[in-house]
Amino acid sequence: MPARTMAAKIWEDHVVVAHPGEPDLLYVDLHLVHEVTSPQAFESLRLNNRRVRRPDLTLATMDHDVPTLGGRAAADEIAERQMAALEENCRREGIPLFGMGSSRQGIVHVIGPELGLTQPGLLIVCGDSHTSTHGAFGALAFGIGTSEVEHVLATQCLRQRRPKVMAVTVEGELPVGVTAKDVALGIIGRIGVDGGRGHVIEYRGSTIRGLSMEGRMTVCNMTIEGGARAGMIAPDEKTFKYLKGREHAPRGEQWDEAISRWSALATDADALFDREVSIDAARLEPYVTWGTNPGQSVPVTGRVPDPTSETDQRALRYMALEPGTAIESIPIDRVFIGSCTNARLEDLRIAATVVRGHTVHPKVRAMVVPGSASVKRQAEVEGLDAVFREAGFEWRDAGCSMCLGMNPDILGPGERCASTSNRNFEGRQGSGGRTHLVSPPMAAAAAIAGHLVDVREFN
Amino acid sequence: MEPFIRVSGVLAPLDRANVDTDQIIPKQFLKRIERSGYGPFLFYDWRRQGDFILDRAEYRGAAVLVTGANFGCGSSREHAPWSLLDAGFRAVIAPSFADIFKSNSLRCGLLPVELPESVVRQLIDLAMEEPGMEATVDLETQVVSLPPRGEGSGWGVNFSIDPFFRDCLLSGLDEIALTLREEAQIARFEATRPAWLPAAV
Repeated sequence: MPARTMAAKIWEDHVVVAHPGEPDLLYVDLHLVHEVTSPQAFESLRLNNRRVRRPDLTLATMDHDVPTLGGRAAADEIAERQMAALEENCRREGIPLFGMGSSRQGIVHVIGPELGLTQPGLLIVCGDSHTSTHGAFGALAFGIGTSEVEHVLATQCLRQRRPKVMAVTVEGELPVGVTAKDVALGIIGRIGVDGGRGHVIEYRGSTIRGLSMEGRMTVCNMTIEGGARAGMIAPDEKTFKYLKGREHAPRGEQWDEAISRWSALATDADALFDREVSIDAARLEPYVTWGTNPGQSVPVTGRVPDPTSETDQRALRYMALEPGTAIESIPIDRVFIGSCTNARLEDLRIAATVVRGHTVHPKVRAMVVPGSASVKRQAEVEGLDAVFREAGFEWRDAGCSMCLGMNPDILGPGERCASTSNRNFEGRQGSGGRTHLVSPPMAAAAAIAGHLVDVREFN
Repeated sequence: MEPFIRVSGVLAPLDRANVDTDQIIPKQFLKRIERSGYGPFLFYDWRRQGDFILDRAEYRGAAVLVTGANFGCGSSREHAPWSLLDAGFRAVIAPSFADIFKSNSLRCGLLPVELPESVVRQLIDLAMEEPGMEATVDLETQVVSLPPRGEGSGWGVNFSIDPFFRDCLLSGLDEIALTLREEAQIARFEATRPAWLPAAV
């Protein structure tokens, strides 16, 4: 057997049929479903008299539309209809659903790992581009559209052309104040927003191995912002430790069998990648995006650039920023700590460390939206909610919230936000809103200072 | 899916790179549970700002969009190609497309045509200089062509596309029906899956 990459091993393990000239037909181990990208798929199934093949390998939750304050009654009529459609579709097809009010509800990419459903070696799909998050466990996980959602519901399979594999190696110790989010922004800044197009990215190197599972999820989560559909990290002791004892993790002898399988997944020593990029961790800094795509970032100590391309100049106009402005002098109106990128317990802990003993700047409205009901509970057990509330943060219920503003949480026109989410696209957080992507500690510090600020100099 | 063989229609230019799915169809319109009716919301925010190029009379009813690299980056929302289709577009020409957008488009009948950056530049310039100009995208012959203008002759350029999806588009094939024919293979594969693999129930 020739040396293979982890992506190749997982791919080959899932080929059901490979007809010459056609894309491979792959078997899907876990299909995650949410309210926004599934209703048309279920409807089309019904119109074609088809059923869901494996409801037991399908899990649904509500996350995009859900209000984070005031419960379901706070949802608008159209969102309510979409959530009701998911309930009806899951009921009819026997698909487990963690809806609003469930103790297991949460952002789909937060609950999969939490429940122990996200495991090494699996092929995981979801009608959501941030499905790449699950690759942190050494799974092959990628976002799909509604037509593909329907295909997976009907057949538990997906027809795919094999992507190329790109290695992104980050070596060295992370400087103080530099988080997994900055690793992600640093990588995207380097390869560009379409640098990973057509590829799966495997993140490697001592820096990546040194990250916690939460940090690895943050890095894999942002893979799509660099253009690659999937990002992955070889499973190791940290992965196994995270999974052991979780609700859906294997137990007893099956655990041992799983470990031996998982341990064989890593890329073979002399396997070849289609492309390789190396990054020195020592040169990474806390980043802030200045533009309208996640590749447009500078270190927090830097200045707004003076770009020449029409795309970049357009971004600056939208962001209402002047070239040469010191990033730390940019005042902000809102702070959002949340999203599938940065709303796990570790993210809230780090943010709370910065916030403790301080007060949110009087001109800033700041909110914390935990990634799941479980994260919220655990944070409350640790008293993090009190730290945030006492400082003046709003402490909300779990959901995607202001990452994309499908629920009532949105920016007003012209409002400027320091956000731990993943996309700073025009209008993403609310029509006319301006987003600066940052790490959780940077967002927390900005909330207190009232402007973007270097968390390393803060306090 | 409606078959795609060839389409002729007005060529509309959108001279921007990295057009993301949030611009193509903003999130507030994703709460609908229908598959159609997204056309009026295409490029909603840009249109609302006024003087948006695609709203000029000469480009009304355009069937082919020509635009910058990495078109459709961002989210997996198939509402993006649906909204383009619903607004009357059948093909988009760009130097490159984001992976998920391309896959979605191929599966819902919007043809993503990749052409070299220099050729796309030429098409964008032409469509701006001669608004209302028509283009033909022929999937059978894999050619994008412009009719003869003035004294000059016509113009055509070949494009390549995944042969499997070309066949699916040409015949309007139901990909699910095709996969369901592999039932025996799927069942055989399922039988080999280890018992400890997770189930959601």
